[in-house]
Amino acid sequence: MTTSHSTQTPSATAPPKKSKLGPMARREAKLALWMLAPTFLIVMGIVLFPLLANFWISVKPVKLSDLRPPTPVVSERVRGDMDVAGEEFRIQYRMRNSSQTGAIDDVVLTDTLPSGITITDIDPACEITGQNVTCRLDRLEGGDRQRLELKATANTDFAANPVSPRDSEPTLTGTSENILTNNQFTLDNFARIFDSREFWSVLWVTIAYTVFGTLGALVLGLFAAQILNKPFKGRSIIRGLFLFPYVAPVIAVAFTWVILLDPFNGTFNAILQRMNVTDAGVNFFGQRALPIDIFGLTIEFPLALATVIAFEAWRYFPLSFLFILARMQSISSDMYEAAEVDGASPLQQFWHISLPQLLGILSTLFLLRFIWTFNKFDDIFLLTGGAAGTRTLTVDVYEQGFALSNLGAGAAVAVAIFILLLVFAVFYFKFVHREDQ
Amino acid sequence: MRIGTGLLLSLISGLIWGVIAIVITGISLTLITGLAATPIISAGALAGAVNAAIIISRAPKNRTPGLYLVAFAAVVIAMMLVSFGMPFSLSFSQNSATQAFGVGLIALAITFANRMCLMDAHAGMLKRYSFDLVIVRVFKGLGFVFFSVIVILPFYVMVMTSLKNQQDLFLNPLDLSIDLSQGFASLTDSYVELFTQFNFGSFLLTSTIVSVSTVLITLAFSIPGAYAVARLKFPGQTVLSSSILLIYLVPMIVLVIPLYAVFSQLGLRNSLVGLLIVYPATTVPVALYMLQGYFRGIPAELEEAGLMDGLSRLGVIWKITLPLALPALASVSLYVFMIAWNEFLFAFMFLDDPGIFTLSRGVVSLNSSEVPRQHLMAGAVIATVPILAIFLWFERFLVQGLTAGSVKG
Repeated sequence: MTTSHSTQTPSATAPPKKSKLGPMARREAKLALWMLAPTFLIVMGIVLFPLLANFWISVKPVKLSDLRPPTPVVSERVRGDMDVAGEEFRIQYRMRNSSQTGAIDDVVLTDTLPSGITITDIDPACEITGQNVTCRLDRLEGGDRQRLELKATANTDFAANPVSPRDSEPTLTGTSENILTNNQFTLDNFARIFDSREFWSVLWVTIAYTVFGTLGALVLGLFAAQILNKPFKGRSIIRGLFLFPYVAPVIAVAFTWVILLDPFNGTFNAILQRMNVTDAGVNFFGQRALPIDIFGLTIEFPLALATVIAFEAWRYFPLSFLFILARMQSISSDMYEAAEVDGASPLQQFWHISLPQLLGILSTLFLLRFIWTFNKFDDIFLLTGGAAGTRTLTVDVYEQGFALSNLGAGAAVAVAIFILLLVFAVFYFKFVHREDQ
Repeated sequence: MRIGTGLLLSLISGLIWGVIAIVITGISLTLITGLAATPIISAGALAGAVNAAIIISRAPKNRTPGLYLVAFAAVVIAMMLVSFGMPFSLSFSQNSATQAFGVGLIALAITFANRMCLMDAHAGMLKRYSFDLVIVRVFKGLGFVFFSVIVILPFYVMVMTSLKNQQDLFLNPLDLSIDLSQGFASLTDSYVELFTQFNFGSFLLTSTIVSVSTVLITLAFSIPGAYAVARLKFPGQTVLSSSILLIYLVPMIVLVIPLYAVFSQLGLRNSLVGLLIVYPATTVPVALYMLQGYFRGIPAELEEAGLMDGLSRLGVIWKITLPLALPALASVSLYVFMIAWNEFLFAFMFLDDPGIFTLSRGVVSLNSSEVPRQHLMAGAVIATVPILAIFLWFERFLVQGLTAGSVKG
């Protein structure tokens, strides 16, 4: 965490004092620049550029299928007998546009004809130079098909030993407009995102997931740290065990939870039924709302969302546990001894000594975990796929961009995420980062 | 025996431990042996309370091993009486050895827990200090049990499911026992099938190559960068060292659409090269931040001495700084390896060709209704075991890495 190293900085930061030596300082700065250049490049290219590119894509009407640019496709056929000398036969080039929508400009076809045949008639778009045919088309509309035809006769040599003109592959080139780089813009993506009532429910789910997931992980972590604070035999083993959920790959633990909580033949549901807690299997990841009666009042409990939050707390409590434990170990034991002498009970010691000392790390952890939970995609995607009222903003990016194949709309959601994050980042720098220094 | 809050508290403690012990033992018996056991909760609760009452009846210094033996026996008797001889709702003639073992375990657990919780408490009115102490102990004990259960249960289910077959699982999901008599070969059926028919050997290899390469690239990028930030003076140094952390806050999902679009057009999408460009980009900032913190901790005088002796800057880094920073390099490497090994999102979005699947991507492809679930769990085990083994082996370094660098989760 940011705190652990910052304490050492004041003494060690000061680099060798050479600032007065102009040229040497300049050389040092230059060296530093070179050493940082690879990091800069990769971060620029893979993180910052895509961040900004989202703004661009979000105002383009771009679908997943548009990533494959329209390409011209050609097939060549021969009609008639070419093994009879003097007989006329036809060579056909059938061209089509692979895309149904995008047009292709400046289509050029080139092909080499076998020697020994004479072209008798030619399509006006084509010209012959030696053995080569070159045909030009100005434009091939989306979904359009074109046919070019040459008529030819073979001489006796050729007829005796015919070589199919198809043996030489025709090449076809053309320029098509790339929807990602042209200047066609639209606000449809944002309209589509913000108009739907779904967006606001997604936002609420995101907030609930983030807040409760963060709090859950923090509270569990605090609890676990209290347990392992005092040394005892086998503590390091238990500590290692408690870190398992965090270290194991997300796919492994997510699928395990799905199978464990399966409504029909999951072990957890079987345990609940065996203990007579429930009559039938509970569909933890599939049921949007569970009606609960409290004094005649029916509350719709968002079951799937709660389960996903429980997973989040389960998977990330080890992290907060680790940081809180590290901080607790660094609290001077003098304070506890003094409190002990004064007769303060363990609960009082926790409340009046430990908790105030932990406040710094707890607030830092809360903010960082809050942002990371907000950013979380894998967990919910693997557990529910965003169904049953668990779709967060991050899952919505995938849903819009890939499941509905609308990259532009996905990017629009990503822009919304980015703007919310900016707000968090301002928060972070205002409160947390200052605390570190 | 005086009667006061001490007795009340001990009874509550006994009640809680009794319930916990019988429930957990009952369920564990079911999961491990496949017996259809339903623990009688009231029997456990009462037995626990009796046990606590016996222990608290003597003053702390008079508690002899004999007293605990009596308390232990009391649990067994009370449990049998209340449940009419069937603490697990099973007639005792059936699997009597296992059941007797279960009862003994419960009695032992209750006696141990009560003994620890009531260590220096007496039955009379307790002072606030000892009152709180008992409560704290009970809560800590509960915490132990709670965390152990929530951590162990999923992993246990994962491993056991991978060793069973689908029909058995559907028949009785509680029966996670494995029949050792069927032999090793049929036990590890799923694993054999994954490696022979589902290409998991190649996934394992790809994952290893990708993770190790990511570590190497990350180190190659971040070591010079971290050194520059930590030691060299240049304009914008402070801004940089604080803003590098901002990269932490960028969600990967936001990068997916632009990277997908660009990589598709460049032909990098369905390739390991594409992954090896993206992974280091996400780990370099973290590694840089961790390393620069460590480099600052190394006394600058050592490096200055090297410079005086005529070493170049790079010579100083290579011969002085890096050897001193070896533990930090180990933490960073392990941590980056873990991120790359566990990475799911980009592997899922980028890789279409089963020939270059990483383990994460490979396991996801098992998640379909046509593939039996023990295969899915076996895949999960294959993905988990290497990283957990590495973690346990190098726990110290990894924990250091986790705490030093602040981890992106």
